[in-house]
Amino acid sequence: MPKVTFPHVAESYRAFKMLLEDLGNEVILPPRPSMHTLDRGVQYAPEFACFPVKILLGTYLETCPQGVELIVTSGGVGPCRAGHYAQLHKKILRSLGYPIDIIVFEPPRLYPLDFLHNIQRLNPGRLSYRSVYECIKRAWRKLQALDDLEKLSHRVRPREITRGATTRTYRKVLEWIDRAYTWREIETAASSALHALHEVPQDPFRRILRVGIVGEIYVLLEPASNLEIEETLGHLGVEVERSMFLTGWTRDNTWAETSEGLTVKDAALPYLPELLGGHGRDSIGNTILYAKRGFDGVIQLAPFTCIPEIVARTILPRVSRDHNIPVLTFFLDEQTGKAGTATRLEAFVDLMRRKKSKQAGSDCNESLPWHRRGFGKYQYSNLR
Amino acid sequence: MSVRVGIPGALLYYLYYPAWSVFFRSLGAEVVSSGRTTSEMLDQGVREALADACVPVKLYFGHVMTLAQKVDYLFIPRVVCLNKETTYCPKFLGMPDMIRHSIPDLPPMIDVRLDAREGWNALRLAYRQAAEMLGAGRWAADRAYWKAAAAERRLQALLQKGCQPPEAIKMLNRGVARPVPETTARASTGMVFAVLGYPYIIHDQYISLGMLPKLQKMGVRVVTAENLPHRQLMHWHSKLDKRLFWTFSDLCMRATEYLYARGGVDGIIHLTAFGCGPDSLLDKFMEMKAREQKTIPFMSLTIDEQSGEAGVATRLEAFVDMVRRKKGALPGA
Repeated sequence: MPKVTFPHVAESYRAFKMLLEDLGNEVILPPRPSMHTLDRGVQYAPEFACFPVKILLGTYLETCPQGVELIVTSGGVGPCRAGHYAQLHKKILRSLGYPIDIIVFEPPRLYPLDFLHNIQRLNPGRLSYRSVYECIKRAWRKLQALDDLEKLSHRVRPREITRGATTRTYRKVLEWIDRAYTWREIETAASSALHALHEVPQDPFRRILRVGIVGEIYVLLEPASNLEIEETLGHLGVEVERSMFLTGWTRDNTWAETSEGLTVKDAALPYLPELLGGHGRDSIGNTILYAKRGFDGVIQLAPFTCIPEIVARTILPRVSRDHNIPVLTFFLDEQTGKAGTATRLEAFVDLMRRKKSKQAGSDCNESLPWHRRGFGKYQYSNLR
Repeated sequence: MSVRVGIPGALLYYLYYPAWSVFFRSLGAEVVSSGRTTSEMLDQGVREALADACVPVKLYFGHVMTLAQKVDYLFIPRVVCLNKETTYCPKFLGMPDMIRHSIPDLPPMIDVRLDAREGWNALRLAYRQAAEMLGAGRWAADRAYWKAAAAERRLQALLQKGCQPPEAIKMLNRGVARPVPETTARASTGMVFAVLGYPYIIHDQYISLGMLPKLQKMGVRVVTAENLPHRQLMHWHSKLDKRLFWTFSDLCMRATEYLYARGGVDGIIHLTAFGCGPDSLLDKFMEMKAREQKTIPFMSLTIDEQSGEAGVATRLEAFVDMVRRKKGALPGA
């Protein structure tokens, strides 16, 4: 059996592991990116390559000594740099003496034959196309379950009564989904997991802020790369809505839930009519959609030197002024510290809260969640 | 009084100014260029552009701001693809939007989209659109377009003869069609270096800190990617698994592989800007190529808005000395 590994993107590894094992591969699980991962990645990656490359290279360097033969990853058709990263990684890993090969999944619409060929290479068990399809379907359902769960955790966390209860429950129910194998098991696990998360004690009357998160896909999806920004915000009493999930991004590019029924592309049209590769245009379009839906603010996450996001960031101040929505940008790299990020986030949250209570005409202390309410006006003693 | 059209003297200026200026002149407009980069332009650009952008983009902002008050129209095209195969860096693709939404009080912009992949006639139609904005008719536009195409061919011919873009532009302005012998025959040590990188960095005297004249003063003849036989480069069978998406990066990579295969130069210098996206890949690929084939020494130099002249000069001198010593040590040299 060939030993296969793949990039670590949040919890999605649970679904990919199941899929690859079903097809008859031996999966070597990528570890969650840590300081150590990053150190190894930074050592061999080009200095100005963006953050995801360094993390991915670090991850590969941690799994390669275990005898990995194949790496599965996604490609791209440009002009974002991410389309070349698989080739870069292959060259670097080979020059370090690891005899690996890399399988790149390009968009199947453009390269249908390549897609089938790649699937056959990952199918040493020689399953029929029909059963491969069944396996992919189950893995897809699992991915959806994982995404739904994460979405719900973003809504529950700011309202939780015991701090950290959501995260604890979330960790627990992830294991349920992980263990499910057949279609029926996955369905059951998904619904009971959602139910369990709903059951976390919540304060329905708490006044919370709603913040949209836009930006580059990898730093959005992988909590280890964005310093768990969603969790930090949740603890500050902010409900987060992320513009991108793995399944949503793959499935459709239209935005069905908005009240205006606008697509992201249409929304971005007056500001950036050109597709830049990456997610520059999506960042702008989503910011406008969030503003129209009455969000309190938007946070843009981008890797340092990311070209499409730099273009988006140059235009965003104008969007922010036109649509009256505060936007905060984080350029993330290996030097970004958690404390600095937390400070900026707190300041941003305070600003949004002040703005909101000014509009509502009430005292700003009252709008704080109970665990951040102090006797004085700005007493955040229990913030850590 | 005719309409004044401003063409910023940065980014694609070095390869397309002759064509663009001919185009607008033959439409009856007066062409104003912002000329050579000055420190004020860089300061202005740094102040107005995003801190994370690369120097060439900041410089472009500076040039646009210098021009803004002097002209009636600004020509800031959205250059997507000109050769039907590779695109330009995403920052070029979003340039009109970045300029429009971050610099206040600009004159109207001619921001046509140049994408040759849209059809055999796409570029001509795009230029027609540009002419329309100035109120010119279809026939005038087409005539101007052919004149511009001829100007571009003349520039390419000069580049292939060994001229560097700034002097080629000067010669075209003066109406000289053949390179003056002294520009190519200044070499005394017999060494030839290839300086690879993007034309808007290498040929900008200010941000490249006068690197080409410095090398020439040290007695080194310089070739750039524009001087290498273009057709051969384009048909070069690249050893990369995937062709680089971006026109200039692709050209540089091909030039590197060409030079390592054919020889003919004594050293290769890659000049790159701090934080340049495509270069992070390109530089690594070039470095790996140099490591595989140790025949030609390779150095990569990164510049940014804070680079000091002395630092660059020291590194250049050291590199030149090393190459000279290596050459002297070789038997038969």
